[in-house]
Amino acid sequence: MAGSISDLTGQPLWLLAELTYRCPLQCPYCSNPVDISRYNNELSTDEWLKVLRDARSMGAMQLGFSGGEPLVRRDLEELVTEARRLGYYSNLITSGVGMDADRVAAFREAGLDHIQISFQASSQDLNDFLGGTSSFEHKRAMARAVKAQGYPMVLNVVLHRRNIDAIEDIILMCRELQADFVELASTQYYGWSRINLDALLPTREQLTRAEAVARKYQAQFKDEMKVIYVVPDYFEERPKACMNGWGSIFLTIAPDGSALPCHAAASLPGMSFPNVKDLSIKEIWEHSDAFNRYRGFDWMPEPCRSCPEKQKDFGGCRCQAYMLTGDAAATDPVCSKSPDHQQLVRQVEALGKLSDEAAASRPLVFRNMKNSRQLAAQSDH
Amino acid sequence: MSTADQQTPALRPMYRLQWEEAQGCYVLLYPEGMVKLSQSAGEILNRVDGRRTVSELVTDLQIAFPGADLEQDVRNFLTQAQNHGWLDL
Repeated sequence: MAGSISDLTGQPLWLLAELTYRCPLQCPYCSNPVDISRYNNELSTDEWLKVLRDARSMGAMQLGFSGGEPLVRRDLEELVTEARRLGYYSNLITSGVGMDADRVAAFREAGLDHIQISFQASSQDLNDFLGGTSSFEHKRAMARAVKAQGYPMVLNVVLHRRNIDAIEDIILMCRELQADFVELASTQYYGWSRINLDALLPTREQLTRAEAVARKYQAQFKDEMKVIYVVPDYFEERPKACMNGWGSIFLTIAPDGSALPCHAAASLPGMSFPNVKDLSIKEIWEHSDAFNRYRGFDWMPEPCRSCPEKQKDFGGCRCQAYMLTGDAAATDPVCSKSPDHQQLVRQVEALGKLSDEAAASRPLVFRNMKNSRQLAAQSDH
Repeated sequence: MSTADQQTPALRPMYRLQWEEAQGCYVLLYPEGMVKLSQSAGEILNRVDGRRTVSELVTDLQIAFPGADLEQDVRNFLTQAQNHGWLDL
């Protein structure tokens, strides 16, 4: 078994509750699994309440209500109430679709701590195109309603080739809406975004320009609005400390009750993930093969095993290692010490040479149940 | 930035200070993040309420922890906390 439980197992400080994979939006960079159409057996209210209690007793403090679109669940207010009673800091991560001012007020009453609303772009046309639905004006109205209730508000905009050049407009829109934090998160290439990599990966020149704009406004709005800018890790030389290490502090519960060390882990082959319907969170966290598989350092191959930076980046991301090398235990190819790094660099460079017209003409596969079923049927053959 | 005696620091609304039994310490919780606080940081922040002045905080802490010369530590911590964006002064 990898790692020693007694000295390496932390507590699941972070609980991500993916309440449902149903979503009114169809963003082609969605980080949900491509096979969302297979998840038609959502946990009941009582089962979610038990998850909240059990994880809290294991030390969880931060709770994300996510999805899909968590507002689809009509029991969300009830879950929020219990989360507050248990002492969680609860975050609602939403598209804003399915929200109205009354519901925002009800969440406030129930003790929700913070709301994060996503925008797809700073213009109505692009926002509504990427989300696959007319949502821009509603999102703006909901951002105002959130602030009117006195909430801290994070606005999140996922950046990619189609919207990154508008970064200045995006930041100014967030400022106008009085965001406390802005997360300008570059697309990470998992799930749906991996399928759409050719159309979404920005060029190095785009990133250089965007980063300069982000730095400028980080300084300018320092005291009013915190601007967080994350570059896509494909352009880095060292991998991200994914999930702060496997089975270290993060616990994701998928809509059907599967427990995952990260929200993308279901994409890994040959792993069976335990379900909260069958096992307690304590058993899952401490004893399941899935949570121990890449925990700690003993599972690492070279070059990670002898690398002085392994305590900093934990070998990077297992899902990415699998996607790019076929081996989930390999060093994340983002790392320049990985034997697969040069291949990734060549791929990124090749995509960077696509003209804007060529990139714009690449078809986007939108995240919806129909496409999910088609892709699932293809992969079954 | 300095912490003048009559300032009344307050935790910004998006932050929540909470005693965590499982951790045996105070934690500061905020949107999608958390900080585990040292014992002294926790004791200071637990007294920060938007009403007590900096001098009153120092006096309170000196009563709670007699024998320690806390004043400079308290002021340094409040300055740090303000720089982190945790406090309004």
